[in-house]
Amino acid sequence: MNDSQKQLEHLAEMRSLMERSTRFLSLSGLSGVWAGGCALVGAFFVRNYLEAQYLGEYDVRDAYFDRSGSVANAEPGNETTLVLAALVVLTAALAGGWFFTARKARFRGERIWDASSQRLLWALVVPLATGGVFCLALLYWNLIAFLAPATMVFYGLALLNGSKYTLGDVGSLGLLQIVLGLAGMFIPSRGLELWAIGFGVLHILYGGWMYYKYDR
Amino acid sequence: MKDILTQLNPVFDHRNRLGIMSILAVNDWVDYGTLKELLNLTDGNLASHMKPLEAAEYVEYRKQFVGRRPQTTYAATVAGKAAFKAHLDTLERLLKMNEAK
Repeated sequence: MNDSQKQLEHLAEMRSLMERSTRFLSLSGLSGVWAGGCALVGAFFVRNYLEAQYLGEYDVRDAYFDRSGSVANAEPGNETTLVLAALVVLTAALAGGWFFTARKARFRGERIWDASSQRLLWALVVPLATGGVFCLALLYWNLIAFLAPATMVFYGLALLNGSKYTLGDVGSLGLLQIVLGLAGMFIPSRGLELWAIGFGVLHILYGGWMYYKYDR
Repeated sequence: MKDILTQLNPVFDHRNRLGIMSILAVNDWVDYGTLKELLNLTDGNLASHMKPLEAAEYVEYRKQFVGRRPQTTYAATVAGKAAFKAHLDTLERLLKMNEAK
């Protein structure tokens, strides 16, 4: 092997070390696909639930908005079911996401809990926890219609922040979530559809694309 | 060509030392265990490659206790980062010349 070939090999190895030591690369595309599937099931459930509740009275979209939109109209009731549905979707999405990413890490011979994954988690946690408390405040004031778009905005900010420490594609997914979320703040009556597009369809598209690009 | 080869820093004349410097160039402080794992080296191996880098003052270290266990963390010094960058620049020129031939 001649000298320049050797040096080229060293350079490739150095690049890989720099990347592996700063970024968590075991994030699996399947985690995204799974989370998107959970979101779609959840959104579908909420839609049907509202339809059943207000059968004949309203168009479902108006039901979602009325039920959720106005402080004046607020009567306590099915919020509990909606919040419960959200928690179930979140738990299922996280558990499955963890499973696929842990599987990929094992396959790559990397640990799922190391300096790079901790850094990524920390970058995600701060905007997510902020958004969580923000949403609790919305719930407290019964501004239910703004919950769905607000979760998207903060989730998008978290992804954008975390993209520095994992596969870079996550950053543009974050930007799209922010845009959809902000749109939802202005048209809250379409909040459920926008949420299904953002958390459901985009996750599946991005997850599938990332799986195709990195995991096969 | 010979000229440039002599400009290559002898301290970096091993892939593991280049590996150590690559990791320290893009991270603040990295502990011994993480370095060992990333580079896939044994304790003794990593220590022996760290020595010349320490002697040249390209890396500095800090010892502290995490709970009861002592932990050593490493960082690249300003001089170390400069030398590493110069080494990469030289490598780049070398490869470009080879390409031109």
